[in-house]
Amino acid sequence: MSAEIPSNLPAEAIRKLLLAFADDELMLGHRDSEWTGHAPILEEDIAFSNIAQDELGHSLVWYTLLEQLTGRSPDSMAFERTWNEFTCCHFVAYPRGDFAYTVVRQYLHDAAEQVRLSSLGQSSYSELKDVAAKLLPEESYHLMHSQGLVERLGDATEESHSRMQAAVDAAFPQALGLFENLDGEENLVSANVFPGNEHLRTKWLEKVVPVLDAASLQAPVEAKNGRIEISCEPDYGGRHRSHTAHLKELVQDLQKVYRMAPSAKW
Amino acid sequence: MAQQTLDEKLIWKELEKIADPEIPVLTLVEMKVIRSVRVQDNQVTVVISPTYVGCPAMDAMKDEIRSRLRDLGCEQINLETTFAPPWSTEMLDETTREKLRSFGIAPPAKHKGDLAATLAAPVPCPFCHSEKTHMESSFGPTLCRQIYYCDTCRQSFDRFKPL
Ligand SMILES: [Zn+2]
Repeated sequence: MSAEIPSNLPAEAIRKLLLAFADDELMLGHRDSEWTGHAPILEEDIAFSNIAQDELGHSLVWYTLLEQLTGRSPDSMAFERTWNEFTCCHFVAYPRGDFAYTVVRQYLHDAAEQVRLSSLGQSSYSELKDVAAKLLPEESYHLMHSQGLVERLGDATEESHSRMQAAVDAAFPQALGLFENLDGEENLVSANVFPGNEHLRTKWLEKVVPVLDAASLQAPVEAKNGRIEISCEPDYGGRHRSHTAHLKELVQDLQKVYRMAPSAKW
Repeated sequence: MAQQTLDEKLIWKELEKIADPEIPVLTLVEMKVIRSVRVQDNQVTVVISPTYVGCPAMDAMKDEIRSRLRDLGCEQINLETTFAPPWSTEMLDETTREKLRSFGIAPPAKHKGDLAATLAAPVPCPFCHSEKTHMESSFGPTLCRQIYYCDTCRQSFDRFKPL
């Protein structure tokens, strides 16, 4: 796979885009892995362990593509950067919370991935298009699973409903951070590399709001002139490396073993 | 030129012996993980496509390919990864599916791109062929499997996930 960016495409912005994808997947994969051995039932233990492994695999693919552009290895990207060098959104770094929060976060993320990866099928940067086509079917298993849980838990019992609603209240503004503008994004859009975060966010809202609604869960949005408008403050900052203390704690945990013996061969 | 063709054949013959580390009755060639081989001067390039990108067995597979080719006398070995087209269970032929079944894993249904539809279709038990089965877990012991249960012979079995 030769990944060289054609000279007519905005190389710097493409690297930022890939980095955001990679960092998001790495952090969510790590948070998902925290359920291994702790999920409420065995099937969910297996599910979240699998999903974690997939997300970490996806971060590896994005970091590998970046390596071909920058020469820096995936291990170095994941284990040798300091926490304030990452560009993940806040959303993926928050503690795993209770299982309702985990399910809602996973669902909001998986739906965003579906929208994002599908749209990259039209990308003018062919490597991006190929990787997206590879990841999309894998992600669709995550979405089927997390959406199924949202549908069942949203109005199953009074307790499940109130926990799920609290999770939506917390996670929805955070999830909007997935669509925070990147520096140079307008160049990506005009070069047809990426359709733009605003476009993706609209598609995502059209996808998730009806599902939440059908599960008796209220998202912080309003219908205005046939459009879904957000009525909460998005949790931004991550794409510009302004992070919460939760990321610092996560990165410490993630890099602990590696930093004990950086030259060890596994 | 004739020499090159011979080398390529020899390399394929060797590669066809490498078993999938998670499903030892199948080879990496049958699994379509090994996609193509190019020989140029002293350099051998093997193009592989990962099943699931997070599959932890990928490194073991790459090591095995390298060591087999080294034993064959190849000095410059180059492993390339391709996602174009992405690996899919649609690539597995009938013989491969039958081998999976005889190993106790229900083969992946053909899906033509619609994964959700395959989840609704019946999955015959690889042991007794009954269609009275149900999914226990949409994720399984490895990234490529799901867990099913047969209501007829009362055994649980793995199903290879359609991808
Ligand atoms: Zn049976």
